[in-house]
Amino acid sequence: MIDYIDRQLITLLQKGLAIVSRPYALLGKQLDITEDEVISRISTLKQIGLIKRLGVIVNHRRLNYCANAMVVFDVPDHLVEQISGHVCQFDFVNLCYLRPRHGEEWSYNLYCMIHGKNREKVLKQLAHLIHSCGLTSVNYEVLFSKKCFKQRSAFYNANLEQEKVFSDG
Amino acid sequence: MMFTLMQKKLLNNYQQDFPLSTTPYKDIALSLGVSEDDVLLAFSELKNKKFINRIGSIITPNLIGTSSLIAMAIPENQLQSVANIVSSYPEVNHNYERENRFNLWFVLITKNEKDLQSIIEAIETEAGFKTMQLPLLADYFINLGFDIDFDD
Repeated sequence: MIDYIDRQLITLLQKGLAIVSRPYALLGKQLDITEDEVISRISTLKQIGLIKRLGVIVNHRRLNYCANAMVVFDVPDHLVEQISGHVCQFDFVNLCYLRPRHGEEWSYNLYCMIHGKNREKVLKQLAHLIHSCGLTSVNYEVLFSKKCFKQRSAFYNANLEQEKVFSDG
Repeated sequence: MMFTLMQKKLLNNYQQDFPLSTTPYKDIALSLGVSEDDVLLAFSELKNKKFINRIGSIITPNLIGTSSLIAMAIPENQLQSVANIVSSYPEVNHNYERENRFNLWFVLITKNEKDLQSIIEAIETEAGFKTMQLPLLADYFINLGFDIDFDD
């Protein structure tokens, strides 16, 4: 199982690696462990699947990918596994999740995200996806993002868990 | 925006499996045939100009902590004030307006389910509107990063 140092390490890694010659040594200093231990802990966290990926996280909007659509589908439950498998094959699909329905008010269960340079392109890609995945008779809605009120990088924070003050430094 | 070939490679080729060696930037430099300083400078510039958010990790949801996507349907003229209430919670990570009757969408992450529910309750009370909870049931996507098309 992961320990408190792993949790702190995950928190720091989500904030980002320093752009210096020895970034893992710097993390080691912050956590009071050696550079080698930082590297071996990260590689374990990747192996057990807790870290999904480690690398450059680009800013879609700045790279002109301004059309961000969340598409929600009402897929029959027994077809979800199969259809999601198809949906994930498209390189313009960035996420694909199953979430609970909320009665008639919100009957969607499959969510996918498409980032594109403009609406027309995204809608074209979506039409292609719907056609190729046999979703033409499935209800769906496209929710383009408008205003971003908050976009914080860190997703998991050991501080919230341990209620221990830990400088952002 | 015009990127050099090296910048394009830095943006596209190191989104996963960032080198786990003592000198990762030097490893990248070697594979690109440039100096470590070139890579450090280029990454710093891409970060300062906000083309990259960070070089960091994406974690698998819900293996540690509890999270949920939340949606709210808010009248247009109250959207900003409700959004401000939502954003004021440190447990809220993404908070977006989307084009829909459910127009406010955010992600909440806490240490456990009990805290998640108590924050949702606090938000509903303070905002005066109900929430719709959409926790993750399955994640089908293998996150391999984002392939940037520089051509158009």
